Amino acid sequence: MADQKIKLTKADRFKVMWHSQFLQASWNYERMQNGGFAYSLIPALRKLYPKKEDMAEALQRHLVFFNVHPYLVSPIIGVTLALEEDKANGAKVEDEAIQGVKVGMMGPLAGVGDPVFWYTVRPIVGALGASMAIQGNILGPILFFVIWNVIRLAFMWYTQEFGYRAGSAITNDMSGGLLQKVTRGASMMGMFVLGSLIERWVNITFTPVVSRTPVQKGGYIDWNSLPAGAKGIQQALIGQSNGLSLTKFKTTTLQNNLDSLIPGLAGLLLTFLCMWLLKKKVSPIVIIIGIFIVGVVLHVLHVL
Amino acid sequence: MNAIQMVLVVLVAFLAGMEGILDQWEFHQPLVACTLIGLVTGHLDLGIILGGQLQMIALGWANIGAAVAPDAALASVASAIILVQSGQGTKGIGMATGIAMPLAVAGLFLTMIVRTISTGIVHIMDADAKKANWRRINMWQWIDVCLQGLRIAIPAALLLAIPASTVQYWLGLMPTWLSDGMSIGGAMVVAVGYAMVINMMASREVWPFFAIGFALAAIKDLTLIALGAIGLAMAVMYLALESKGGSGNSGSDNDGTGDPLGDIIDDY
Repeated sequence: MADQKIKLTKADRFKVMWHSQFLQASWNYERMQNGGFAYSLIPALRKLYPKKEDMAEALQRHLVFFNVHPYLVSPIIGVTLALEEDKANGAKVEDEAIQGVKVGMMGPLAGVGDPVFWYTVRPIVGALGASMAIQGNILGPILFFVIWNVIRLAFMWYTQEFGYRAGSAITNDMSGGLLQKVTRGASMMGMFVLGSLIERWVNITFTPVVSRTPVQKGGYIDWNSLPAGAKGIQQALIGQSNGLSLTKFKTTTLQNNLDSLIPGLAGLLLTFLCMWLLKKKVSPIVIIIGIFIVGVVLHVLHVL
Repeated sequence: MNAIQMVLVVLVAFLAGMEGILDQWEFHQPLVACTLIGLVTGHLDLGIILGGQLQMIALGWANIGAAVAPDAALASVASAIILVQSGQGTKGIGMATGIAMPLAVAGLFLTMIVRTISTGIVHIMDADAKKANWRRINMWQWIDVCLQGLRIAIPAALLLAIPASTVQYWLGLMPTWLSDGMSIGGAMVVAVGYAMVINMMASREVWPFFAIGFALAAIKDLTLIALGAIGLAMAVMYLALESKGGSGNSGSDNDGTGDPLGDIIDDY
Protein backbone atom coordinates (compact mmCIF):
# COMPACT_ATOMS: atom_id res chain seq x y z
CA MET A 1 0.00 0.00 0.00
CA ALA A 2 2.73 2.40 0.96
CA ASP A 3 5.25 1.16 -1.57
CA GLN A 4 4.11 3.53 -4.25
CA LYS A 5 2.79 6.99 -3.48
CA ILE A 6 -0.48 7.98 -5.09
CA LYS A 7 -0.48 11.65 -5.99
CA LEU A 8 -3.46 13.66 -7.10
CA THR A 9 -2.51 15.50 -10.26
CA LYS A 10 -3.65 18.96 -11.22
CA ALA A 11 -6.08 17.35 -13.68
CA ASP A 12 -7.61 15.27 -10.87
CA ARG A 13 -8.04 18.31 -8.71
CA PHE A 14 -9.60 20.21 -11.57
CA LYS A 15 -12.09 17.38 -12.10
CA VAL A 16 -13.02 17.58 -8.43
CA MET A 17 -13.54 21.32 -8.74
CA TRP A 18 -15.77 20.77 -11.76
CA HIS A 19 -17.79 18.15 -9.90
CA SER A 20 -18.17 20.43 -6.89
CA GLN A 21 -20.37 22.72 -8.96
CA PHE A 22 -23.08 20.11 -8.43
CA LEU A 23 -22.74 20.32 -4.67
CA GLN A 24 -26.33 21.35 -4.14
CA ALA A 25 -27.97 19.02 -6.69
CA SER A 26 -29.11 16.53 -4.06
CA TRP A 27 -29.75 19.11 -1.36
CA ASN A 28 -32.10 17.45 1.09
CA TYR A 29 -33.75 18.20 4.39
CA GLU A 30 -31.95 15.44 6.22
CA ARG A 31 -28.24 15.86 5.59
CA MET A 32 -28.27 18.80 3.14
CA GLN A 33 -25.21 18.74 0.86
CA ASN A 34 -23.89 15.30 1.84
CA GLY A 35 -24.60 13.68 -1.53
CA GLY A 36 -23.03 16.59 -3.33
CA PHE A 37 -19.88 16.47 -1.23
CA ALA A 38 -19.38 12.75 -1.86
CA TYR A 39 -20.10 13.30 -5.55
CA SER A 40 -17.48 16.07 -5.71
CA LEU A 41 -14.78 13.86 -4.25
CA ILE A 42 -15.48 10.80 -6.41
CA PRO A 43 -12.90 11.59 -9.12
CA ALA A 44 -10.19 11.79 -6.45
CA LEU A 45 -11.41 8.86 -4.36
CA ARG A 46 -11.44 6.58 -7.39
CA LYS A 47 -7.76 7.22 -7.84
CA LEU A 48 -6.82 7.10 -4.16
CA TYR A 49 -8.72 3.95 -3.21
CA PRO A 50 -8.49 1.28 -5.89
CA LYS A 51 -9.59 -1.37 -3.39
CA LYS A 52 -13.34 -1.78 -3.15
CA GLU A 53 -13.61 -1.85 0.64
CA ASP A 54 -11.48 1.31 0.98
CA MET A 55 -13.68 3.05 -1.54
CA ALA A 56 -16.84 2.00 0.29
CA GLU A 57 -15.46 3.38 3.54
CA ALA A 58 -14.45 6.65 1.93
CA LEU A 59 -17.83 7.14 0.29
CA GLN A 60 -19.67 6.50 3.52
CA ARG A 61 -17.29 8.82 5.35
CA HIS A 62 -18.40 11.71 3.16
CA LEU A 63 -22.13 11.02 3.11
CA VAL A 64 -22.58 12.56 6.55
CA PHE A 65 -24.27 15.89 7.17
CA PHE A 66 -22.62 18.77 5.36
CA ASN A 67 -23.74 22.29 4.59
CA VAL A 68 -21.79 25.35 3.53
CA HIS A 69 -21.99 28.10 0.96
CA PRO A 70 -21.72 26.47 -2.51
CA TYR A 71 -18.49 28.32 -3.42
CA LEU A 72 -16.84 28.33 -0.01
CA VAL A 73 -16.87 24.55 -0.18
CA SER A 74 -13.75 24.75 -2.34
CA PRO A 75 -11.17 25.39 0.41
CA ILE A 76 -12.79 22.61 2.47
CA ILE A 77 -12.56 20.22 -0.46
CA GLY A 78 -8.93 21.23 -0.94
CA VAL A 79 -8.05 20.35 2.65
CA THR A 80 -10.07 17.14 2.48
CA LEU A 81 -8.19 16.11 -0.66
CA ALA A 82 -4.86 16.65 1.12
CA LEU A 83 -5.99 14.57 4.09
CA GLU A 84 -7.45 11.77 1.99
CA GLU A 85 -4.24 11.66 -0.04
CA ASP A 86 -2.18 11.23 3.14
CA LYS A 87 -4.55 8.56 4.35
CA ALA A 88 -4.42 6.65 1.09
CA ASN A 89 -0.63 6.72 1.27
CA GLY A 90 -0.67 5.00 4.63
CA ALA A 91 -0.47 7.93 7.04
CA LYS A 92 -2.54 7.53 10.18
CA VAL A 93 -5.39 9.93 9.54
CA GLU A 94 -8.40 9.01 11.62
CA ASP A 95 -11.88 9.38 10.20
CA GLU A 96 -12.63 11.71 13.06
CA ALA A 97 -9.81 14.03 12.02
CA ILE A 98 -11.29 14.40 8.55
CA GLN A 99 -14.78 14.98 9.97
CA GLY A 100 -13.35 17.45 12.45
CA VAL A 101 -11.69 19.50 9.74
CA LYS A 102 -14.83 19.54 7.62
CA VAL A 103 -17.11 20.57 10.47
CA GLY A 104 -14.57 23.03 11.84
CA MET A 105 -14.32 24.87 8.54
CA MET A 106 -18.03 24.70 7.72
CA GLY A 107 -19.14 27.18 10.35
CA PRO A 108 -16.79 30.12 9.75
CA LEU A 109 -16.81 29.71 5.95
CA ALA A 110 -20.59 29.58 5.61
CA GLY A 111 -20.69 32.93 7.40
CA VAL A 112 -18.31 34.46 4.88
CA GLY A 113 -20.00 33.25 1.72
CA ASP A 114 -23.39 34.85 2.20
CA PRO A 115 -22.29 38.46 2.81
CA VAL A 116 -19.55 38.33 0.18
CA PHE A 117 -21.28 36.56 -2.69
CA TRP A 118 -25.04 36.89 -2.18
CA TYR A 119 -25.10 40.34 -0.54
CA THR A 120 -22.20 42.17 -2.12
CA VAL A 121 -20.96 40.72 -5.40
CA ARG A 122 -24.28 39.59 -6.84
CA PRO A 123 -26.26 42.74 -6.06
CA ILE A 124 -23.44 44.87 -7.51
CA VAL A 125 -22.85 42.86 -10.69
CA GLY A 126 -26.60 42.25 -11.02
CA ALA A 127 -27.48 45.93 -10.65
CA LEU A 128 -24.79 46.85 -13.16
CA GLY A 129 -26.19 44.41 -15.71
CA ALA A 130 -29.82 45.21 -14.95
CA SER A 131 -29.37 48.96 -15.29
CA MET A 132 -28.05 48.40 -18.81
CA ALA A 133 -30.65 45.75 -19.63
CA ILE A 134 -33.58 48.00 -18.69
CA GLN A 135 -32.56 50.20 -21.60
CA GLY A 136 -32.55 47.15 -23.85
CA ASN A 137 -28.78 46.85 -23.97
CA ILE A 138 -27.65 43.27 -24.66
CA LEU A 139 -24.34 44.01 -22.93
CA GLY A 140 -26.19 44.00 -19.60
CA PRO A 141 -26.92 40.26 -19.40
CA ILE A 142 -23.63 39.38 -21.11
CA LEU A 143 -21.55 41.41 -18.65
CA PHE A 144 -23.42 39.94 -15.71
CA PHE A 145 -22.92 36.37 -16.93
CA VAL A 146 -19.24 36.77 -17.80
CA ILE A 147 -18.12 38.78 -14.77
CA TRP A 148 -19.98 36.55 -12.35
CA ASN A 149 -18.66 33.29 -13.72
CA VAL A 150 -15.08 34.48 -14.05
CA ILE A 151 -15.10 35.58 -10.40
CA ARG A 152 -16.78 32.36 -9.32
CA LEU A 153 -14.60 29.88 -11.19
CA ALA A 154 -11.39 31.70 -10.29
CA PHE A 155 -12.43 31.77 -6.64
CA MET A 156 -13.34 28.09 -6.54
CA TRP A 157 -10.19 26.91 -8.27
CA TYR A 158 -7.69 29.03 -6.35
CA THR A 159 -9.20 28.48 -2.91
CA GLN A 160 -9.36 24.73 -3.53
CA GLU A 161 -5.69 24.75 -4.55
CA PHE A 162 -4.89 26.87 -1.49
CA GLY A 163 -6.69 24.41 0.78
CA TYR A 164 -4.95 21.46 -0.84
CA ARG A 165 -1.49 22.97 -0.33
CA ALA A 166 -2.12 24.29 3.15
CA GLY A 167 -3.69 21.04 4.32
CA SER A 168 -5.08 20.92 7.81
CA ALA A 169 -2.89 23.86 8.85
CA ILE A 170 -5.54 26.06 7.28
CA THR A 171 -7.97 25.50 10.15
CA ASN A 172 -5.75 27.62 12.37
CA ASP A 173 -5.96 30.53 9.97
CA MET A 174 -9.72 30.19 9.77
CA SER A 175 -10.34 31.60 13.22
CA GLY A 176 -7.75 34.30 12.58
CA GLY A 177 -8.47 37.84 11.62
CA LEU A 178 -8.29 37.61 7.84
CA LEU A 179 -11.65 35.95 7.23
CA GLN A 180 -13.36 38.31 9.58
CA LYS A 181 -11.76 41.24 7.81
CA VAL A 182 -12.96 40.08 4.41
CA THR A 183 -16.48 39.64 5.74
CA ARG A 184 -16.53 43.04 7.37
CA GLY A 185 -15.07 44.75 4.31
CA ALA A 186 -17.67 43.09 2.12
CA SER A 187 -20.47 44.22 4.43
CA MET A 188 -19.22 47.80 4.30
CA MET A 189 -19.03 47.90 0.55
CA GLY A 190 -22.32 46.04 0.30
CA MET A 191 -24.11 48.53 2.53
CA PHE A 192 -22.64 51.43 0.56
CA VAL A 193 -23.91 50.00 -2.70
CA LEU A 194 -27.29 49.16 -1.17
CA GLY A 195 -27.67 52.74 -0.06
CA SER A 196 -27.07 53.96 -3.58
CA LEU A 197 -29.28 51.28 -5.15
CA ILE A 198 -32.20 52.28 -2.96
CA GLU A 199 -31.79 55.90 -4.02
CA ARG A 200 -31.63 55.00 -7.70
CA TRP A 201 -33.97 52.07 -8.13
CA VAL A 202 -36.80 52.12 -5.62
CA ASN A 203 -39.03 54.31 -7.73
CA ILE A 204 -41.98 55.95 -6.08
CA THR A 205 -43.44 59.00 -7.77
CA PHE A 206 -46.22 60.89 -6.03
CA THR A 207 -48.44 62.56 -8.59
CA PRO A 208 -50.74 64.86 -6.57
CA VAL A 209 -50.32 68.49 -7.61
CA VAL A 210 -49.36 70.71 -4.72
CA SER A 211 -49.52 74.08 -6.36
CA ARG A 212 -50.39 75.60 -9.71
CA THR A 213 -49.20 79.15 -10.15
CA PRO A 214 -49.45 81.24 -13.29
CA VAL A 215 -46.14 82.13 -14.93
CA GLN A 216 -45.73 85.81 -15.72
CA LYS A 217 -45.85 86.98 -19.33
CA GLY A 218 -42.56 86.35 -21.16
CA GLY A 219 -41.71 83.52 -18.78
CA TYR A 220 -43.46 80.92 -20.93
CA ILE A 221 -43.59 80.08 -24.60
CA ASP A 222 -46.59 81.78 -26.16
CA TRP A 223 -47.70 79.06 -28.55
CA ASN A 224 -50.25 81.26 -30.31
CA SER A 225 -47.72 83.88 -31.41
CA LEU A 226 -45.17 81.44 -32.85
CA PRO A 227 -44.56 81.61 -36.62
CA ALA A 228 -45.91 78.62 -38.53
CA GLY A 229 -43.85 75.58 -39.64
CA ALA A 230 -40.24 74.74 -38.87
CA LYS A 231 -39.50 78.34 -37.92
CA GLY A 232 -41.98 78.07 -35.07
CA ILE A 233 -40.53 74.80 -33.82
CA GLN A 234 -37.07 76.36 -33.86
CA GLN A 235 -38.25 79.36 -31.88
CA ALA A 236 -40.05 77.15 -29.37
CA LEU A 237 -36.96 74.99 -28.84
CA ILE A 238 -34.77 78.07 -28.40
CA GLY A 239 -37.26 79.37 -25.89
CA GLN A 240 -37.23 76.10 -23.97
CA SER A 241 -33.45 75.95 -23.84
CA ASN A 242 -33.48 79.49 -22.46
CA GLY A 243 -35.50 78.18 -19.56
CA LEU A 244 -38.97 79.27 -20.64
CA SER A 245 -41.86 77.28 -19.27
CA LEU A 246 -43.87 75.19 -21.72
CA THR A 247 -47.22 76.15 -20.27
CA LYS A 248 -48.82 79.20 -18.78
CA PHE A 249 -48.96 77.56 -15.39
CA LYS A 250 -46.15 76.22 -13.26
CA THR A 251 -47.32 73.02 -11.59
CA THR A 252 -45.52 71.60 -8.61
CA THR A 253 -46.26 68.01 -7.68
CA LEU A 254 -45.72 66.50 -4.27
CA GLN A 255 -42.78 64.66 -5.82
CA ASN A 256 -41.02 67.93 -6.79
CA ASN A 257 -41.22 69.05 -3.19
CA LEU A 258 -39.87 65.77 -1.86
CA ASP A 259 -37.03 65.76 -4.38
CA SER A 260 -35.82 69.19 -3.34
CA LEU A 261 -35.73 67.95 0.25
CA ILE A 262 -34.20 64.47 -0.03
CA PRO A 263 -34.26 62.63 -3.36
CA GLY A 264 -35.26 59.02 -2.88
CA LEU A 265 -36.72 59.59 0.58
CA ALA A 266 -39.90 57.64 -0.12
CA GLY A 267 -37.90 54.64 -1.32
CA LEU A 268 -35.74 54.78 1.79
CA LEU A 269 -38.75 54.87 4.09
CA LEU A 270 -40.35 51.99 2.22
CA THR A 271 -37.16 49.98 2.66
CA PHE A 272 -37.13 50.66 6.40
CA LEU A 273 -40.77 49.62 6.57
CA CYS A 274 -39.91 46.34 4.83
CA MET A 275 -37.01 45.77 7.23
CA TRP A 276 -39.34 46.27 10.16
CA LEU A 277 -41.94 43.90 8.72
CA LEU A 278 -39.27 41.27 8.02
CA LYS A 279 -38.04 41.55 11.61
CA LYS A 280 -41.60 41.04 12.73
CA LYS A 281 -41.35 37.70 10.88
CA VAL A 282 -43.69 38.73 8.08
CA SER A 283 -42.89 36.54 5.08
CA PRO A 284 -41.16 38.42 2.23
CA ILE A 285 -43.70 36.94 -0.14
CA VAL A 286 -46.58 38.46 1.80
CA ILE A 287 -44.80 41.84 1.73
CA ILE A 288 -44.21 41.61 -2.02
CA ILE A 289 -47.83 40.79 -2.78
CA GLY A 290 -48.91 43.50 -0.34
CA ILE A 291 -46.81 46.13 -2.10
CA PHE A 292 -48.39 45.21 -5.43
CA ILE A 293 -51.85 45.61 -3.95
CA VAL A 294 -50.92 48.95 -2.35
CA GLY A 295 -49.45 50.10 -5.68
CA VAL A 296 -52.67 49.31 -7.55
CA VAL A 297 -54.92 50.87 -4.89
CA LEU A 298 -52.89 54.09 -4.63
CA HIS A 299 -52.75 54.34 -8.41
CA VAL A 300 -56.53 54.07 -8.60
CA LEU A 301 -56.75 56.80 -5.95
CA HIS A 302 -54.37 58.94 -8.10
CA VAL A 303 -51.74 59.20 -5.39
CA LEU A 304 -49.07 57.40 -7.41
CA MET B 1 -43.80 29.96 -32.05
CA ASN B 2 -42.61 26.95 -34.01
CA ALA B 3 -41.65 23.54 -32.68
CA ILE B 4 -37.91 24.22 -32.55
CA GLN B 5 -38.46 27.40 -30.56
CA MET B 6 -40.68 25.53 -28.12
CA VAL B 7 -38.03 22.89 -27.57
CA LEU B 8 -35.43 25.59 -26.98
CA VAL B 9 -37.68 27.40 -24.48
CA VAL B 10 -38.15 24.17 -22.54
CA LEU B 11 -34.38 23.64 -22.64
CA VAL B 12 -33.72 27.13 -21.23
CA ALA B 13 -36.32 26.41 -18.55
CA PHE B 14 -34.54 23.16 -17.71
CA LEU B 15 -31.20 24.96 -17.32
CA ALA B 16 -32.81 27.62 -15.15
CA GLY B 17 -34.36 24.95 -12.94
CA MET B 18 -31.03 23.21 -12.44
CA GLU B 19 -29.24 26.44 -11.66
CA GLY B 20 -31.98 27.59 -9.32
CA ILE B 21 -30.68 25.01 -6.90
CA LEU B 22 -27.00 24.78 -7.87
CA ASP B 23 -26.46 28.55 -7.83
CA GLN B 24 -23.34 28.37 -9.98
CA TRP B 25 -23.69 29.63 -13.54
CA GLU B 26 -26.69 31.77 -12.64
CA PHE B 27 -28.92 30.69 -15.53
CA HIS B 28 -31.84 31.13 -13.15
CA GLN B 29 -31.21 34.84 -12.58
CA PRO B 30 -33.84 36.89 -14.43
CA LEU B 31 -31.18 38.80 -16.35
CA VAL B 32 -29.92 35.59 -17.94
CA ALA B 33 -33.11 33.49 -18.04
CA CYS B 34 -35.38 36.16 -19.58
CA THR B 35 -32.73 37.15 -22.11
CA LEU B 36 -32.34 33.53 -23.22
CA ILE B 37 -36.11 33.04 -23.54
CA GLY B 38 -36.24 36.26 -25.54
CA LEU B 39 -33.37 35.07 -27.71
CA VAL B 40 -34.89 31.71 -28.63
CA THR B 41 -38.36 33.13 -29.26
CA GLY B 42 -37.10 35.98 -31.43
CA HIS B 43 -38.05 38.73 -28.95
CA LEU B 44 -34.55 39.46 -27.68
CA ASP B 45 -35.25 43.12 -26.75
CA LEU B 46 -38.30 42.21 -24.70
CA GLY B 47 -36.40 39.49 -22.87
CA ILE B 48 -33.51 41.80 -21.99
CA ILE B 49 -35.74 44.59 -20.65
CA LEU B 50 -37.95 42.23 -18.65
CA GLY B 51 -34.81 40.52 -17.33
CA GLY B 52 -33.41 43.86 -16.21
CA GLN B 53 -36.62 44.82 -14.41
CA LEU B 54 -36.96 41.48 -12.66
CA GLN B 55 -33.27 41.41 -11.78
CA MET B 56 -33.65 44.69 -9.91
CA ILE B 57 -36.44 43.13 -7.89
CA ALA B 58 -34.56 39.87 -7.30
CA LEU B 59 -31.19 41.40 -6.34
CA GLY B 60 -31.55 40.52 -2.69
CA TRP B 61 -33.18 37.13 -3.13
CA ALA B 62 -30.91 34.45 -1.74
CA ASN B 63 -31.50 31.26 0.18
CA ILE B 64 -29.91 31.63 3.57
CA GLY B 65 -30.49 29.01 6.19
CA ALA B 66 -34.13 28.86 7.10
CA ALA B 67 -35.08 32.02 5.23
CA VAL B 68 -36.42 30.91 1.87
CA ALA B 69 -36.29 33.45 -0.90
CA PRO B 70 -38.87 33.56 -3.68
CA ASP B 71 -37.95 31.40 -6.64
CA ALA B 72 -36.37 33.52 -9.36
CA ALA B 73 -36.18 30.67 -11.88
CA LEU B 74 -39.90 30.01 -12.34
CA ALA B 75 -40.72 33.71 -12.08
CA SER B 76 -38.31 34.68 -14.88
CA VAL B 77 -39.06 31.81 -17.25
CA ALA B 78 -42.84 31.83 -16.94
CA SER B 79 -43.28 35.60 -17.03
CA ALA B 80 -41.02 35.83 -20.09
CA ILE B 81 -43.08 33.18 -21.88
CA ILE B 82 -46.32 34.97 -21.00
CA LEU B 83 -44.90 38.31 -22.16
CA VAL B 84 -43.84 36.85 -25.50
CA GLN B 85 -47.18 35.07 -26.00
CA SER B 86 -49.16 38.17 -25.08
CA GLY B 87 -47.85 40.06 -28.08
CA GLN B 88 -48.09 43.30 -26.10
CA GLY B 89 -44.45 44.23 -26.63
CA THR B 90 -42.75 46.58 -24.16
CA LYS B 91 -46.18 47.73 -22.96
CA GLY B 92 -46.69 44.36 -21.31
CA ILE B 93 -43.53 44.44 -19.19
CA GLY B 94 -45.22 45.94 -16.14
CA MET B 95 -47.90 43.29 -16.38
CA ALA B 96 -45.28 40.55 -16.72
CA THR B 97 -43.35 41.67 -13.62
CA GLY B 98 -46.62 41.64 -11.69
CA ILE B 99 -47.42 38.11 -12.82
CA ALA B 100 -43.88 36.99 -11.98
CA MET B 101 -44.39 37.47 -8.22
CA PRO B 102 -47.05 34.84 -7.52
CA LEU B 103 -45.07 32.53 -9.80
CA ALA B 104 -42.01 33.03 -7.59
CA VAL B 105 -44.07 31.72 -4.72
CA ALA B 106 -45.33 28.73 -6.68
CA GLY B 107 -41.72 27.91 -7.55
CA LEU B 108 -40.87 27.66 -3.85
CA PHE B 109 -43.47 24.99 -3.37
CA LEU B 110 -42.07 22.98 -6.29
CA THR B 111 -38.54 23.22 -4.82
CA MET B 112 -39.82 21.83 -1.56
CA ILE B 113 -41.28 18.80 -3.33
CA VAL B 114 -38.00 18.04 -5.10
CA ARG B 115 -35.96 18.47 -1.92
CA THR B 116 -38.23 16.01 -0.16
CA ILE B 117 -37.68 13.50 -2.96
CA SER B 118 -33.93 14.12 -2.57
CA THR B 119 -34.11 13.05 1.05
CA GLY B 120 -35.20 9.64 -0.19
CA ILE B 121 -32.49 9.59 -2.81
CA VAL B 122 -29.60 10.09 -0.34
CA HIS B 123 -30.71 6.92 1.40
CA ILE B 124 -30.26 5.07 -1.88
CA MET B 125 -26.81 6.71 -2.09
CA ASP B 126 -26.00 5.33 1.38
CA ALA B 127 -26.74 1.83 0.18
CA ASP B 128 -24.61 2.34 -2.92
CA ALA B 129 -21.74 3.70 -0.85
CA LYS B 130 -21.66 0.50 1.19
CA LYS B 131 -21.12 -1.37 -2.06
CA ALA B 132 -18.53 1.19 -3.21
CA ASN B 133 -20.70 1.72 -6.26
CA TRP B 134 -19.59 5.23 -7.18
CA ARG B 135 -21.12 5.03 -10.62
CA ARG B 136 -24.57 4.80 -9.13
CA ILE B 137 -23.89 7.69 -6.76
CA ASN B 138 -22.93 9.78 -9.78
CA MET B 139 -26.09 8.66 -11.53
CA TRP B 140 -28.37 9.57 -8.62
CA GLN B 141 -26.71 12.95 -8.34
CA TRP B 142 -27.56 13.52 -11.99
CA ILE B 143 -31.13 12.29 -11.56
CA ASP B 144 -31.52 14.73 -8.71
CA VAL B 145 -30.31 17.72 -10.70
CA CYS B 146 -32.54 16.71 -13.60
CA LEU B 147 -35.54 16.67 -11.26
CA GLN B 148 -34.68 20.25 -10.36
CA GLY B 149 -34.53 21.07 -14.06
CA LEU B 150 -37.92 19.48 -14.69
CA ARG B 151 -39.31 21.57 -11.84
CA ILE B 152 -39.18 24.54 -14.24
CA ALA B 153 -39.25 22.77 -17.60
CA ILE B 154 -42.64 21.12 -17.02
CA PRO B 155 -44.48 24.34 -16.05
CA ALA B 156 -42.83 26.04 -19.04
CA ALA B 157 -44.05 23.31 -21.38
CA LEU B 158 -47.56 23.57 -19.92
CA LEU B 159 -47.55 27.32 -20.48
CA LEU B 160 -46.48 26.82 -24.09
CA ALA B 161 -49.36 24.43 -24.56
CA ILE B 162 -51.81 27.29 -23.95
CA PRO B 163 -52.39 28.92 -27.34
CA ALA B 164 -51.17 32.51 -27.62
CA SER B 165 -54.69 33.67 -28.50
CA THR B 166 -56.02 32.39 -25.17
CA VAL B 167 -53.22 34.17 -23.29
CA GLN B 168 -54.00 37.36 -25.18
CA TYR B 169 -57.72 37.02 -24.50
CA TRP B 170 -57.21 36.66 -20.75
CA LEU B 171 -54.68 39.48 -20.56
CA GLY B 172 -57.01 41.63 -22.67
CA LEU B 173 -59.56 41.38 -19.87
CA MET B 174 -57.10 43.10 -17.55
CA PRO B 175 -58.07 46.77 -17.18
CA THR B 176 -55.36 49.41 -17.65
CA TRP B 177 -55.63 50.69 -14.07
CA LEU B 178 -54.65 47.24 -12.90
CA SER B 179 -51.68 46.82 -15.24
CA ASP B 180 -50.47 50.39 -14.60
CA GLY B 181 -50.83 49.87 -10.87
CA MET B 182 -48.85 46.66 -11.16
CA SER B 183 -46.01 48.50 -12.92
CA ILE B 184 -45.95 51.00 -10.05
CA GLY B 185 -45.95 48.15 -7.53
CA GLY B 186 -43.12 46.51 -9.45
CA ALA B 187 -40.98 49.62 -9.08
CA MET B 188 -41.58 49.65 -5.33
CA VAL B 189 -41.25 45.95 -4.65
CA VAL B 190 -37.50 46.24 -5.27
CA ALA B 191 -37.30 47.51 -1.69
CA VAL B 192 -38.15 44.10 -0.22
CA GLY B 193 -35.01 42.47 -1.61
CA TYR B 194 -32.84 45.30 -0.32
CA ALA B 195 -34.49 45.12 3.09
CA MET B 196 -33.74 41.39 3.29
CA VAL B 197 -30.08 42.00 2.55
CA ILE B 198 -29.76 44.94 4.96
CA ASN B 199 -31.34 42.94 7.77
CA MET B 200 -28.66 40.30 7.26
CA MET B 201 -25.67 42.63 7.00
CA ALA B 202 -26.43 45.62 9.16
CA SER B 203 -24.23 46.29 12.17
CA ARG B 204 -23.19 49.43 13.98
CA GLU B 205 -20.09 50.02 11.91
CA VAL B 206 -21.63 49.67 8.43
CA TRP B 207 -24.51 52.15 8.70
CA PRO B 208 -22.32 55.18 7.87
CA PHE B 209 -21.40 53.46 4.60
CA PHE B 210 -25.08 53.09 3.83
CA ALA B 211 -25.71 56.77 4.46
CA ILE B 212 -22.84 57.89 2.24
CA GLY B 213 -23.97 55.59 -0.55
CA PHE B 214 -27.50 56.91 -0.36
CA ALA B 215 -26.36 60.53 -0.47
CA LEU B 216 -23.85 60.07 -3.30
CA ALA B 217 -26.33 58.21 -5.50
CA ALA B 218 -28.32 61.42 -5.91
CA ILE B 219 -25.47 62.65 -8.12
CA LYS B 220 -26.66 61.14 -11.37
CA ASP B 221 -23.30 61.58 -13.11
CA LEU B 222 -21.80 58.84 -10.98
CA THR B 223 -22.24 55.49 -12.72
CA LEU B 224 -22.73 52.28 -10.79
CA ILE B 225 -19.12 51.36 -11.49
CA ALA B 226 -17.93 54.65 -10.02
CA LEU B 227 -20.12 54.13 -6.96
CA GLY B 228 -18.77 50.60 -6.56
CA ALA B 229 -15.22 51.90 -6.74
CA ILE B 230 -15.91 54.53 -4.07
CA GLY B 231 -17.50 51.93 -1.81
CA LEU B 232 -14.61 49.51 -2.23
CA ALA B 233 -12.03 52.21 -1.66
CA MET B 234 -13.72 53.37 1.54
CA ALA B 235 -13.98 49.83 2.94
CA VAL B 236 -10.30 49.17 2.20
CA MET B 237 -9.29 52.49 3.76
CA TYR B 238 -11.38 51.86 6.85
CA LEU B 239 -9.82 48.46 7.46
CA ALA B 240 -6.30 49.69 6.74
CA LEU B 241 -6.59 52.68 9.08
CA GLU B 242 -8.12 50.52 11.77
CA SER B 243 -5.25 48.05 11.84
CA LYS B 244 -2.68 50.86 11.69
CA GLY B 245 -3.98 53.37 14.18
CA GLY B 246 -5.93 51.10 16.45
CA SER B 247 -3.29 50.94 19.17
CA GLY B 248 -5.73 51.83 21.90
CA ASN B 249 -8.83 49.75 21.75
CA SER B 250 -8.87 48.24 18.32
CA GLY B 251 -11.23 45.40 17.73
CA SER B 252 -13.47 46.36 20.58
CA ASP B 253 -16.09 47.42 18.07
CA ASN B 254 -16.49 43.83 17.04
CA ASP B 255 -17.92 42.63 20.30
CA GLY B 256 -21.22 44.36 19.87
CA THR B 257 -23.02 42.97 16.86
CA GLY B 258 -25.37 45.80 17.75
CA ASP B 259 -27.40 47.23 14.95
CA PRO B 260 -28.80 50.48 16.31
CA LEU B 261 -31.55 50.90 13.76
CA GLY B 262 -32.38 47.23 14.06
CA ASP B 263 -32.72 47.62 17.81
CA ILE B 264 -35.02 50.57 17.39
CA ILE B 265 -37.11 48.59 14.97
CA ASP B 266 -37.18 45.66 17.36
CA ASP B 267 -38.30 47.79 20.26
CA TYR B 268 -41.02 49.37 18.24
